Amino acid sequence: MSEFDQIFVTLKHWLLGQLANVVPGALLPVLSALLSIAAIIMVFATLFAIMTILERKGLGRIQNRFGPNRVGPFGFLQPAADGIKALIKEDLVPRAADKVVHLLAPVMLVVPALLVYAVLPIGRNMVAIDFDAGLLFFFAVGAASELAVFMAGWSSRNKYALLGAMRAVAQMVSYEIPLILSTVSVVMITGTLSPVKMVEAQVGQGGWLPAWFVFTPWGFAGFVLFMIAANAEANRSPFDLPEGESELVAGYFTEYSGFKFALFFLAEYLGLFAVSGLGITLFLGGWQAPFPALEFIPSWAWFFAKLLGLIVLFIWTRGTLPRLRVDQLMNFAWKFMLPLALINLLTAAVWHYMPPGSPRWLVCSGMVVGPYVLLGRGLLAGKHVAKRIYRYAE
Amino acid sequence: MLGEGIIKGMAETARNFLGSYVSAERLTTVQYPEERAPQIENARQFPFLVFDGQDPIQGLRCVGCQICEKECPPKCIYIVKSKDKRADYKGQLQLYPATFDIDLSVCMSCQICVEVCPFEAIKMDTAYELSTTDRFGGLLVNKTQLAKSNEHYRKIHPTDAAVSDTVLAAEVAKAQAKVKAEAETKAKAAAEAKAKVAASAGPQPAPALTV
Amino acid sequence: MTPAFLIIAVLTIVAAAGAMTLRNLIHCALAVAVAFVGLAAAYLQLNAQFVGFAQILVYVGAVAIVIVFAALLTRGGEPSSEAIFSKTWFAGLGVTIAVLGVLTWAITRSVVTQRETAPAPEVTVKQIGDALMTKYVLPLEVIGLLLTAALIGAVIIAMRDEVKK
Repeated sequence: MSEFDQIFVTLKHWLLGQLANVVPGALLPVLSALLSIAAIIMVFATLFAIMTILERKGLGRIQNRFGPNRVGPFGFLQPAADGIKALIKEDLVPRAADKVVHLLAPVMLVVPALLVYAVLPIGRNMVAIDFDAGLLFFFAVGAASELAVFMAGWSSRNKYALLGAMRAVAQMVSYEIPLILSTVSVVMITGTLSPVKMVEAQVGQGGWLPAWFVFTPWGFAGFVLFMIAANAEANRSPFDLPEGESELVAGYFTEYSGFKFALFFLAEYLGLFAVSGLGITLFLGGWQAPFPALEFIPSWAWFFAKLLGLIVLFIWTRGTLPRLRVDQLMNFAWKFMLPLALINLLTAAVWHYMPPGSPRWLVCSGMVVGPYVLLGRGLLAGKHVAKRIYRYAE
Repeated sequence: MLGEGIIKGMAETARNFLGSYVSAERLTTVQYPEERAPQIENARQFPFLVFDGQDPIQGLRCVGCQICEKECPPKCIYIVKSKDKRADYKGQLQLYPATFDIDLSVCMSCQICVEVCPFEAIKMDTAYELSTTDRFGGLLVNKTQLAKSNEHYRKIHPTDAAVSDTVLAAEVAKAQAKVKAEAETKAKAAAEAKAKVAASAGPQPAPALTV
Repeated sequence: MTPAFLIIAVLTIVAAAGAMTLRNLIHCALAVAVAFVGLAAAYLQLNAQFVGFAQILVYVGAVAIVIVFAALLTRGGEPSSEAIFSKTWFAGLGVTIAVLGVLTWAITRSVVTQRETAPAPEVTVKQIGDALMTKYVLPLEVIGLLLTAALIGAVIIAMRDEVKK
């Protein structure tokens, strides 16, 4: 297990050992960092390509279509064709645009999306930087992307772009609060901000289930809240109203074309992977196998298997749910997610101080389900929800 | 309860996803270059000129009357009349189009040319794969390219072609009847003249006025 | 003075100068954000991870956004075709020099300068949390109360006025 598990770590050390004979010692830390960066960029850019084709094919099947099936076997070379197309397209900049900000915006968006991978443990001993305040780093860097979105929308000098940017920033600010609050419960239980230590806190088995936080009442609620907020942070359907094609013609990146446009998509998907990776680290036991019997499969394979699972979940939700309205989006964030996240903090504290056993399970489950039902009712209050009758469409 | 509908929806999309791999009738996509959906009979794309007989140019029904050219809303038809005349399908001497061009890039497929043509000479075609590498010349089609046989018309629009054939047959019959009637009138006139000559010569029994 | 500190210092100062002198309000706001990032980098340079990341999270993630939103929702985002620097720069310069003078006078007179600099302690997030919950719990609670009051005030301002009949 250990050799195959640590194959990439060993490979990096061997490479560095070889390089030590060629380059001066002062350069070695830089080279080590560069190796990690290159690995992260390659792996996650490839994952981006895989996800685009999976998403297009999956959405197609959900809508009873074929999806792309022309390029390569079963259409699986479509991302390569898309990439070439994006590269050779004309790069248009509107005459009235703020040229410098317009150029900087996609770069500013991709850089934080890549930076956050530095603190994600994607396998045993496989983390680029083990920060003491890793979680804080993740959210701090992620918050910078809001400014990039605003820059893109504002510099385009386009009403749709500006509206899209305003919507996107409002949405990202609103959903960042439940996103962070849902992770705080994990911080409270583990007593650390380091993702590596959080994974270590989920080692072992609790009864017949793995000791992952998602298998506790507060952890489950936190995980669901986290995933919903992550979906909104990534501007994905059903929270894709900043870039609603039918109303805002792609929102803040309306005025981008060619490779800059591709960069926006890259940043969006990289952000999605990163936030999914964080969800795995916090709630799904990180790179750990669910059962000791399955530990012969290397840790990084477990991480990517879980990541793929979450990606499928994201695609599935996108294929299912229609877009929300702005007021619905804000009501959901402030009147439902925020109170629930706060109550969840209390639940985590109760869980921490009660002795293990069924009473703890009962009390904490009640603390999660009760507010959920009540708040859900409050969200629907005064609204008559009935089967819609179409006068002309049928 | 909140979230119930979401779970129902997820189940529905999952059923769609899995079902599309199992049942073929769910996938309604027609994969175009390999397979084609059958065309409905009233499909129409761009006009063509009908000819009878074997020679596409000699057999054109068009007489160059220029009604379609005048009626065409986007003005995509260009006709030059011939100087000489030739016999048409019913044997009548008619002009014919020396030039008949249609710019398909301008044509809007309105079918007005077909409606106004008194000679059943222009009809709508169903060919739709007209892409070309030449933007201007490629879509400007001339008489030779436009000429298509009546059999082709019968094949693509059987019902309309039958109506058109009946009209033409009636025209031919009328023309023949007219010719016959003219011949008969002529014969009668000749007979009358003869009778007059005979009457002046001597009394004769009145000729049988058979009509 | 390490090269890293030099880069950070130059970046921060240039960005701050840009924030003061640029005419376009949005450009100023973006320059302020860059200056915030520079400050955060300076904190990180001093091994203060928590403060550095909190600086980015709060100032770049929230304060800069509030500034650009305020600039957009009020008028004035339009860049003018005139010179790139503000016309009232001399007034600003006067204020700046005055503030700098007061600050310098205060710092040189302060007792802090007479103290010997202690070696920088290695502070973990856990220690910060412990300190906040024990020694500094009262200031923390007061700030919490203040922020809650501000939040309620914002909600009341934004609340729709009831139509009186």
